Amino acid sequence: MEQLGFALQHAWVVPALPLASFAIVGLFIRPVSNKAAGVVGTAAIFASAFFAYWLAWEYYTLYPAGGEHPAIIPWAFEWLRYQAGLTVNVGVLVDPISVLLMVVVTTVSALVHLYSIGYMHGDYGYGRFFTYMNLFTFSMLGLVVAPNILQMYVCWELVGVSSFLLIGFYYQKPSAVSASKKAFIVTRFADLGFMIGVLILGYFGYNSFGELAASITPGMAEHGVSNLQPFDFHYLNHPVFLEHFKGLNIEVCGVGLLTVSMLLVFCGAAGKSAMFPLHIWLPDAMEGPTPVSALIHAATMVVAGVYLVARLFPAFAASGDALLVVGYVGCFTSLFAALIGITQDDIKRVLAFSTLSQLGYMMLALGVATMEHPLGYTASMFHLFTHAFFKALLFLAAGAVIHAVHSNEIWEMGGLAKKMPITHLCFLAATLAICGVPPLAGFFSKDEILAAALPTHHTIIFGISLLVAALTPFYMFRIYFITFWGRHRTHHAEHAHEAPAVMWIPLAILGVLSVIGGLVPMASYVSIGEHMAHHGINLAVAIPATLAGLLGIGLSWFFYSNDAVRAARAAEAFGVVYRTIKRKFYVDEVYLFVTHNIIFGYVARPIAWFDRRVVDGGVNLSGWSTRMTGWVLSHLQTGQVQGYGIWYTAGALFVLLILWAALV
Amino acid sequence: MGLVSWLIAVPFLTMLVVVFIPERQWKLIRWVSATGTSIHLVLTGKLVVNYWQAAMPEAESMKHALFTKLYFVERVPWFESLGIQYYVGVDGISVAMVILTSIIIFTGVLASWYVEIRVKEFFALLLLLVTGVFGVFLSFDLFLFFMFYELAVLPMYLLIGIWGTGPKEYSAMKLTLMLLVGSAFVLVGFLALYHASGMHTFDLIRLSEAKYSHEFQRWVFPMVFVGFGVIGALYPLHTWSPDGHSSAPTAVSMLHAGVLMKLGGYGALRIAVYLLPEGAKMWGVVFMCLTTVNILYGSFGAVMQKDLKYFTAYSSVSHCGFVLFGVATLNLIGFKGAVIQMFSHGIMTGLFFGLIGMVYGRSHTRIIPEMGGLGKVMPWLATCFYIGGLASLGLPGLSGFVAETHVFLGGFFGNPWTSSVLTKVLTIIATMSIVVTAVYVLRGLALVFQGPITNPHYEELTDATLPEKISTGVLVATLIVVGLLPFFFIDLIESSVMPIFNRLNM
Repeated sequence: MEQLGFALQHAWVVPALPLASFAIVGLFIRPVSNKAAGVVGTAAIFASAFFAYWLAWEYYTLYPAGGEHPAIIPWAFEWLRYQAGLTVNVGVLVDPISVLLMVVVTTVSALVHLYSIGYMHGDYGYGRFFTYMNLFTFSMLGLVVAPNILQMYVCWELVGVSSFLLIGFYYQKPSAVSASKKAFIVTRFADLGFMIGVLILGYFGYNSFGELAASITPGMAEHGVSNLQPFDFHYLNHPVFLEHFKGLNIEVCGVGLLTVSMLLVFCGAAGKSAMFPLHIWLPDAMEGPTPVSALIHAATMVVAGVYLVARLFPAFAASGDALLVVGYVGCFTSLFAALIGITQDDIKRVLAFSTLSQLGYMMLALGVATMEHPLGYTASMFHLFTHAFFKALLFLAAGAVIHAVHSNEIWEMGGLAKKMPITHLCFLAATLAICGVPPLAGFFSKDEILAAALPTHHTIIFGISLLVAALTPFYMFRIYFITFWGRHRTHHAEHAHEAPAVMWIPLAILGVLSVIGGLVPMASYVSIGEHMAHHGINLAVAIPATLAGLLGIGLSWFFYSNDAVRAARAAEAFGVVYRTIKRKFYVDEVYLFVTHNIIFGYVARPIAWFDRRVVDGGVNLSGWSTRMTGWVLSHLQTGQVQGYGIWYTAGALFVLLILWAALV
Repeated sequence: MGLVSWLIAVPFLTMLVVVFIPERQWKLIRWVSATGTSIHLVLTGKLVVNYWQAAMPEAESMKHALFTKLYFVERVPWFESLGIQYYVGVDGISVAMVILTSIIIFTGVLASWYVEIRVKEFFALLLLLVTGVFGVFLSFDLFLFFMFYELAVLPMYLLIGIWGTGPKEYSAMKLTLMLLVGSAFVLVGFLALYHASGMHTFDLIRLSEAKYSHEFQRWVFPMVFVGFGVIGALYPLHTWSPDGHSSAPTAVSMLHAGVLMKLGGYGALRIAVYLLPEGAKMWGVVFMCLTTVNILYGSFGAVMQKDLKYFTAYSSVSHCGFVLFGVATLNLIGFKGAVIQMFSHGIMTGLFFGLIGMVYGRSHTRIIPEMGGLGKVMPWLATCFYIGGLASLGLPGLSGFVAETHVFLGGFFGNPWTSSVLTKVLTIIATMSIVVTAVYVLRGLALVFQGPITNPHYEELTDATLPEKISTGVLVATLIVVGLLPFFFIDLIESSVMPIFNRLNM
């Protein structure tokens, strides 16, 4: 292995800093001082961020842009040994996507922490908030650097639980409590698929490990992968293993086992990234404090699903069909969520549906990529990168607005452009970025996604992504116009004022990143396989996409600029269609019906009844019959000698009779 | 007298001291009990260190061993004409179980700090009971084992009948009778093992050298397994558990669900599978099916419960299902999973029942819908409850995850004597419980601790006192330590599980 620099050798510091801070703040600082908890928690994340930049710099110095980017494991130790040859190592995997995610997660997390010092000021659970946020950041970083699928699963659950804790942060508010439960249970349901997928991969990986290891291991040691294990991504993604796995020819209901296991893993990914039909938890998750929505439910945790698919991309690509499912699910979700986004009135929910839609974009980009043409892979990671900045910014700016007007409803805002100039400017920059207006960040990444979708045969995917490119500006400018333009609709809106510096500084930094983030030549940094993705602007895509975006903005202006009078009329004209969309296509109602009426009503309740009445009834019956027998027999004990005499004689005669029968 | 005998003697001697303190000195009684259990905890620590030093260098040689290797053996002939002896010692599994029991009784005594009626009898019986439990985990003579086993079961009747709540006489009677039926099976099995061996001994290690015929194993294995299964809450013989646990006083529930239910899994693994490997191969699949039912059925049962104790009891049925499921997989990973789950569930349930007692002592209700918003007034208890709940739904970083992944992997890897597809399907069915568990844990805890305070009188309730904080803190810390550093625990038990597994492949 080449000589690694200090940061690479100590890559574990990146996740360890938030972990240490979580433990120290949670156990020792929080009980003493809330204020110190905020400062220490934030400082730790900043330190972690700087370490991550250092590490990224070292990695790309060692493996310059445009060249080969191997996945190295500079640090690992044995954590759990199931049996000889089946071990889980805890370690750090450094490759382009993990570097990218480390940078994104630490940056956004640090800025959100800083912002929260202002936003959460005076809150009852101030210290608790920072403790949870530290826990989340640690778990997310642990997930990002996971060198094997089990560490991924472990951290996957930990981000799930920190998300649960933060959504239910205001634990006395019933809506927040039920939203947190919903988020955890829905993702847990999805994780069941992930878990079964891990079991299948672990089982077949282990069984073939002995014969395959010899042909896989050579060349690994130089990247720090000594002691390869069946759970390792290096093994699971290796063409030799994938060929072997496919060659087993095992089918479940006519589907090859590789595809089945990848679909199960994708089930987990879809839960975390809120793909249809597992998306229902994300809009409700907006019950959490706004910085939480910005960090967890927009920029970082929800992209974990996309990251998982990217991490196992060679395996998905080898299955082919699984990747196709990823593409279509992503594509459908992006359209579905964009449509709902148009009709929502809560600013955070609109942003949540927008997140869903953009996550769908990232998924579909992965779905159209192949090992030979990895542009979609690069595009997906690129969009993940830019989206993290502008979406976090949108949430934080929305948070500043909510802070000022004390409401989430866009109809209670209005005319804030003059009252909150910095927030307004940042929000506008982020909105333009997400709409793909050149030359802002979103333009480049979205362009790359469309460019990746165009040459494939999936015309539907390309068509829908173009449609979504027009819908996005429509709903985004809708909230922009209603919130920042027009008249002040409420008393609070009229007296709103700019957020304090600790809040607007992170906004401004994210604003700059949203503007210039697209200039990174992502393709020469992040790619997969031997073929480098091409990069550069494809005019055949860029022109229609930009026009679609401008069309969306124009329509939005037409409908919403004048206090939305035309929009109200249009909504009325659409009637049933509008109501269906506004009620989110009644998906929540379907879920409620299935869980409450079917699972509780027809499974859990009968089981509880069966246990008490039938199984336990049987036990009581045996007790009762024993008692009854005793009671019946006790009547023989009358105390009358005559009675005993009769029984004695009868018994004796009976025995004699038997003896006689036996002898004769 | 060696360390191992002291481990049995300390609770017994403490009991004797308690018996001779006059009832009016009830404060002294609880201090004596707490001191006795603390001393025990220290001795247990010494045992772990000694065992580590003695056994770890030899771990490598146990890889292919066919016979359990015991350490610190003490052996005194007792009824020589029958081959009965006082024969105690430890291996890794018993060390793990002793740690568990020692922690539970220590925290259990602290959790019973506020018992007011018949303090003396209460602590005396509790200590007698736990003497029996330690005896079971440390003895390797089947007769001695059985004697201690009965000693552990019988005081339960009085403890529930006198200090219990609700329909306590009914529950106590039901629990005792059902467990006695189980031990009758076990006893018959033991006698059969004794006679069929022709070796004239109850020595477990020597009996493992006996050649039991195929036919013999076919009928004795299920008898012993089911006998232990009753106390391990094997479906459908588990119904003593919800009633018994919900009527029992706090410390008794803790001990019972935390430790006594583990005797089932312990006996099934240590005696049934160890002595009768052929029988295990014949019956493994049947018990795997039954325990799959256990796992899912218990968790669905818990979803609908309204009483916190019933809720936890059904959850125990589900989690103890994992123990027996692990045993029934007849797979090394599964066996280890079963032992880890015994430990993990013991601590977790001890924590649950302890907390329920503390909450009940304040709110005077255990009915879930009558509570609400308690997290605000008792943050410590709520936090501990949540950590326990997360452990029970298998959150990584806590011990439940380590146990559950072992059991699932064990089931998935299966064994050569059962259809590989069948074990996989059963395992997949069993994994579904992780979702159901999440549903009932989060629903239940949210109703109790979150949301607005439903009853104005709850505003005045207080958080945990110092003894309660120590008790719950120790349990929570154990969950976290095993969850974060599972390798210590696995090293502890691994070389002792090996012989049980190796014998299957003889």
